[in-house]
Amino acid sequence: MNISPYGDTLNDGKVQLSFTLPVTNDDKGAEAAKLLAQKMGINAPNVAHRKTLDGGFTFYVVYGSVSHTINYDAIQVQAVEGDVMDMQGISAYIRENIRRPVVFVGASTGTDAHTVGIDAIMNMKGFAGHYGLERYEMVEAHNLGSQVPNEEFIKRARELNADVLLVSQTVTQKDIHIANLTELVELLEAEGLRERVILICGGARITHELAKELGYDAGFGVGKYSEDVASFAVQEITRRHLV
Amino acid sequence: MKLNLNTQKIHQAREYARNIALDTQNFINAHTTEAVERTVCRLLGIDGKNEIDIPMPNIVVNHIKSLGLLSDGAALLIGNAAHMLGIPPQEIAERIDAGTLDFSKISVTDVEKAKTAVQSAALSSIGKIKENRKLREGFITQYGDKESPYIYAIVATGNIYEDVVQAVAAVRQGADIIAVIRTTGQSLLDYVPYGATTEGFGGTYATQENFRIMRHALDEAGAQAGRYIRLCNYASGLCMPEISAMGALERLDVMLNDALYGILFRDINMKRTLVDQYFSRVINGFAGIIINTGEDNYLTTADAVEEAHTVLTSQFLNEQFALLAHLPPAQMGLGHAFEISPAVTNGFLYELAQAQMARDIFPDAPLKYMPPTKFMTGDIFMGTVQNALFNAVSIITNQKIHLLGMLTEAVHTPFMADRALAIENAQYVFRTMQDLGGEIEFKEDGIIQARAREVLDKACDLLVRIEKNKLFATLEQGIFAGIKRGRDAGKGLDGVVQKSDGYFNPFFEMMLS
Ligand code: B12
Repeated sequence: MNISPYGDTLNDGKVQLSFTLPVTNDDKGAEAAKLLAQKMGINAPNVAHRKTLDGGFTFYVVYGSVSHTINYDAIQVQAVEGDVMDMQGISAYIRENIRRPVVFVGASTGTDAHTVGIDAIMNMKGFAGHYGLERYEMVEAHNLGSQVPNEEFIKRARELNADVLLVSQTVTQKDIHIANLTELVELLEAEGLRERVILICGGARITHELAKELGYDAGFGVGKYSEDVASFAVQEITRRHLV
Repeated sequence: MKLNLNTQKIHQAREYARNIALDTQNFINAHTTEAVERTVCRLLGIDGKNEIDIPMPNIVVNHIKSLGLLSDGAALLIGNAAHMLGIPPQEIAERIDAGTLDFSKISVTDVEKAKTAVQSAALSSIGKIKENRKLREGFITQYGDKESPYIYAIVATGNIYEDVVQAVAAVRQGADIIAVIRTTGQSLLDYVPYGATTEGFGGTYATQENFRIMRHALDEAGAQAGRYIRLCNYASGLCMPEISAMGALERLDVMLNDALYGILFRDINMKRTLVDQYFSRVINGFAGIIINTGEDNYLTTADAVEEAHTVLTSQFLNEQFALLAHLPPAQMGLGHAFEISPAVTNGFLYELAQAQMARDIFPDAPLKYMPPTKFMTGDIFMGTVQNALFNAVSIITNQKIHLLGMLTEAVHTPFMADRALAIENAQYVFRTMQDLGGEIEFKEDGIIQARAREVLDKACDLLVRIEKNKLFATLEQGIFAGIKRGRDAGKGLDGVVQKSDGYFNPFFEMMLS
């Protein structure tokens, strides 16, 4: 099935977009906005609004119909594998298959000071009605807080005998999270630890696909809670025979 | 007072807060820190860095620390060297760096002479700061000041030159205050980087040169616009007082400067932060800089309905700590925020109550009002509505420092267009509701009055508890923002020392008199 955006008629392709161009607000600028929209594949672009931001910068709102379509049936997404269990289910799974408490060590690493995300996954209280890992019977959860350097994170993980490492990254400006997440993988590899742990990252701008690309076992973004993470981790432990 | 609050209660709350601050101040008065002493170095004119990029104030203070002499105060030792060798502070720093000067080899024999020897260097900074204050006042007289809330916009590109482009555009659009957000990680650096910088994440380094570049750009843009544009930065983290000093020297107008923020949100040791914030506020007070406090941040980790009283409690504490540093109410930008979940029925009424309550209790403070952030999502259209409601509360309750809400808050640091849309939104709401506040009376014992009363009662109860436990123990128990901190844990503790009997810092006297 080929699809394109829906305005009020199937496959009419209607889209809206807004952007700023580094030009003065005049007809030539509007023409530039229109040409740019055409290059994006938008038919009959309509510059519905333009506004001066500063002498040399203008803001445009453009409507039009996109000419591209997508073959919906051919799409494959990389999704986190395994079943999602609830808190009790996970504890039962651990008791049956791993037969000892599983150690999760988590932190918001590098220079990132955001803790709400990692706390949502780990702290007793949890988030949006989902309890965090600290409340799980068969889980030993250690939340190291924020601004934990990668070296320190690894050191603590070793001391605590971590089975699962949870890394939270919120600031993504200038791809600082990519650099930081990559560094952690490199350090773990250099220390021969990478294969011995389940390595998971998360954050508002983290996708599973990105996580895999960076060498992580899984990645979790907005709307994911402790049970999503723990379900994956415990099944991955048995799959990789890290019991 | 529109909320019919119990004035006796307010008075009591102030008394408790004052006792808490006074008790803490005993600790503060008996201690100094590396950051305080580096600040003294800066104010004595020591600047620049060595070949391996270590700032000169750090070189001097590290030297003093290695000799175990920090407790005497850098000014005494620098003064002594100046007196013995007849050279100015900068040259003293250079010689220490070169390894040709060792403070342990020249013991202090004549304290009075040592003190006199730094007098002129100290007075020169004091003069510069006074001059900046006059310049600011002159501009404000010349251009006039604004009655309605100041529109406060942030720039955060990481590159100071790009920040200038964004800031100048914001001024043309109507911004009154430009804040240059600091890069991640700066608060944990135990030094202030030197020179102009172009690489930052989520913000731009606070350096004296960056301050200068932005000040210059805003003076120019302000002259064109016929308005005085205030410049804001962050005096927080391990270099809090140094940044205040740099701001005072470069005519910044507003400084984030909270007594507790670093402890709670950056895990900086509480002793360190409390000692640092005092000197920092003395400087800001003297320089005529408005401080902004960080109560809004509590609501990013704690619930805005349940924990509203911790915001008020912290405002009372920040007020008292500021008064102890001789910082007048007109410079107290006490903070709070519009952070109640959009899912809460009557949430807007609670926001109105909180904002009006802050206005009633702190009538002379230029209150800093923070926009919705926590419940902003990628739905920018809904975000615009949230911001409009926030703008309405601000104009109705006469807030002063109005941080613009960005429709893309959940996505990225602001683009130029985001800021322009935010300014347009605020200007529209401020215009169309300009005198609405004056027309409104709140229903006796209605939802709004009752809510304000409840928050004040709870704040009062909490202050009683803190007074009993003292501030350090309170922070250990996790009462603010649900975050627990040990009194001997966190970063920067090893930079705190007890003052000796002969401790000398000329700036307290010069700035407080
Ligand atoms: C709260 C907040 C703060 C608070 C943080 C308090 C704290 N203790 O955490 C304070 C005020 C301190 C703060 C500071 C800063 N912030 Co901030 N902040 C936010 C805000 C408003 C909400 C973030 C949040 O708490 N979300 C709620 C949590 C639950 O969501 P979450 O993190 O996505 O977590 C969920 C999932 O992603 C996942 N998850 C998250 N982590 C992990 C980890 C694992 C292992 C797993 C499995 C899952 C997982 O599970 C969670 C539950 O579903 C956002 C804006 C917004 N509305 O998003 C800006 C925002 C994140 N901040 C931002 C910035 C830039 C900063 C500063 C750098 C600004 C500055 N220069 O000073 C500083 C941080 C300094 C530093 N060193 O990092 C930017 C980031 C821009 C970018 N994309 O790079 C944002 C988007 C705001 C903006 N538009 O500018 N911030």
